[in-house]
Amino acid sequence: MDKLHVKLQVNGKPVEALVEPRLLLIHFLREELGLTGPHIGCETSHCGACTVDIGGRSVKSCTVFTAQANGAEITTIEGIKGADGGLHTLQEMFREHHGLQCGFCTPGMITRAWRLLEENPDPSEAEIRQGMAGNLCRCTGYQNIVKAIRAAADARHAQKEAAE
Amino acid sequence: MIPGNFAYHRPADVAAAARLLQEYGDEAQILAGGHSLIPMMKLRMAQPSHLIDLQDIAGLKGIGRDGDRLVIGAMTTQHELIGDPLVAEAVPLLRAAAVQIADPQVRYVGTIGGNVANGDPGNDMPGVMQCLDASFELTGPGGTREVRARAFYEAAFTTARAEDEILTRVIVPVPKAGSGYAYLKQKRKIGDYATAAAAVLLGVENGSCASAAIAMTNLAATPVFAEAAGAALVGTTLDDAAMDAAIAAMLAAIDPATDNRGPIEFKRHVARQMLRRAIAEAAGRAGRGTA
Ligand SMILES: Cc1cc2nc3c(=O)[nH]c(=O)nc-3n(C[C@H](O)[C@H](O)[C@H](O)COP(=O)(O)OP(=O)(O)OC[C@H]3O[C@@H](n4cnc5c(N)ncnc54)[C@H](O)[C@@H]3O)c2cc1C
Ligand code: FES
Ligand code: FES
Repeated sequence: MDKLHVKLQVNGKPVEALVEPRLLLIHFLREELGLTGPHIGCETSHCGACTVDIGGRSVKSCTVFTAQANGAEITTIEGIKGADGGLHTLQEMFREHHGLQCGFCTPGMITRAWRLLEENPDPSEAEIRQGMAGNLCRCTGYQNIVKAIRAAADARHAQKEAAE
Repeated sequence: MIPGNFAYHRPADVAAAARLLQEYGDEAQILAGGHSLIPMMKLRMAQPSHLIDLQDIAGLKGIGRDGDRLVIGAMTTQHELIGDPLVAEAVPLLRAAAVQIADPQVRYVGTIGGNVANGDPGNDMPGVMQCLDASFELTGPGGTREVRARAFYEAAFTTARAEDEILTRVIVPVPKAGSGYAYLKQKRKIGDYATAAAAVLLGVENGSCASAAIAMTNLAATPVFAEAAGAALVGTTLDDAAMDAAIAAMLAAIDPATDNRGPIEFKRHVARQMLRRAIAEAAGRAGRGTA
C-alpha cells in the first residue's frame, strides 16, 4: 500500500512524514514523534487517555488516522504549559487539589480540560462533569478532578483581573 | 487493534467522491467522523480497501433553513448541531437527542450523516429522524433523490442507500410552533448506546392531542417508527388510558434481543418507562411556544 506524505503542526512545530494510511494518530505521536504523553488506555474509543487537540477539538487519537489529521494543528499534553514554560495553571491545580493518583488518565484529562476552559472559561460543576464525560479515571473518583478544573478557572480569572 | 491497510482518498467535492465510489465499488467506504467505522476496522469487522474521506467537501457542512424545512449538511458534527441557535429554536428535539449521544470527544467528530447512514440500531438519530419525518438526500451517478427516514432502514446495517450513493443532506420538517418534544434514553453509563430510548413529538390544541409521532431506538434490528402508538394519543387529553394504549401499541411494534444490556423482558420494561416519561415530558412542553 502506498505511503502517504503528511504535513501537520504538532505543538507549534511543523512535522512532515511518510505514513501508512492505516497508522492511527496515537501511534504516530507516540512511536514516530516520541510524544508519549497521550496514553493508550482502552484502544476502544472509550477512556479518553489518548485525547489530543486537533484544530480546536478534543479528539481520541486512537480513533483517528494520521491521514485524517493531514494539514491540521495538533496540541498534545507536551504542548500545554504556563506562560513561563513551567506548569500550566491546570497542571498546578491538578497537583494542588490531588486531581491525580496513578496519573495514567491525567494527560488526557488535562488536554480535554484545557479545551473545555477555552470554550467555557467559567463552567459550573455540572458543565465540568458533562464536559469531562469522555475521560475515565480509575483512581480518583473524579471529585478532585472537578475541583481542580474549577480552581483553574478561578485562578485564570484572577490572573486576568490582576493583569487589567 | 491495528486496522487492515487501505488507500486513502480526500476528494474536494461531491462529484469527485461519487466518481471514486463508482470506480472502487464495494471495496470502498465513505469516511465521515470515523467514530463508528474506525472501531469496526480495528476489530477487522470492516476491511475496506479504499477510504473516501469527505472532510474537505465544504458543501456538506452547515445548517440552514429553507422555508419550513431545516437542511443539515451530512458532515455537520453533533457538536456543531448542539451549538447551533437555529436548531435549538426550530427543532429542539434534535439538540435534546444530540446531547445524549456518546461523549464530548465523540461528538466533536461524529457527524449527523454518519449517524443516520451507519444503520446500527444503536444509533440515536435514526429514530429521532423517523419521529420528525425527516428525509435523507442521496447523491449518486443518476442524480439526487430523497428517501424518508421512515422508509430508509431495512435491516441492521442495511439501508435504502445504494453502494454508489452519498448521503449529502438531512432534511427536517420544522414542527409547528408549540409542539412538545422529548428524547428519553436509558443507558448504562455515559458514552453507551441506549438500552432503550423513545422519541416523541406532540401537537396539542385546546388541551387535546392533535398529532403525535413516536419512534424507538435499539429495540429491533432497525429503529422502530411506532405509528399505531402515535395514533393512540391523537384526539385524547393524554390521560393515563391514552398513555397505556400508546405503550401497548409500541410494545407490539418492537422486537428487542437479549444482549449485554439485558434480557428481552428488561428491555421491554425499560422501553415502557422511557415512552411513558417521554410522552409526559413532551406533553409538559407542548403549547409553551417553544416549538
Ligand atoms: C465511545 C463511543 C460511544 C458512542 N455512543 C453513541 C451513542 O450513544 N449514540 C449514537 O448514536 N452513536 C454513538 N456512537 C457512534 C458515533 O455517534 C458515530 O460518530 C456515528 O455513529 C457515525 O458517525 P461518523 O461521522 O463517525 O461516521 P463514520 O464512522 O465515518 O461512518 C459510519 C458509516 O456510515 C457511512 N457514512 C458516513 N457518512 C456517510 C455519508 N455522508 N454518506 C454515505 N455513507 C456515509 C460510512 O461509510 C460508515 O459505514 C458512539 C461512538 C463511540 C466511539
Ligand atoms: S485509548 Fe483512546 S479512548 Fe482509550
Ligand atoms: S489517576 Fe489513575 S486513572 Fe486517573
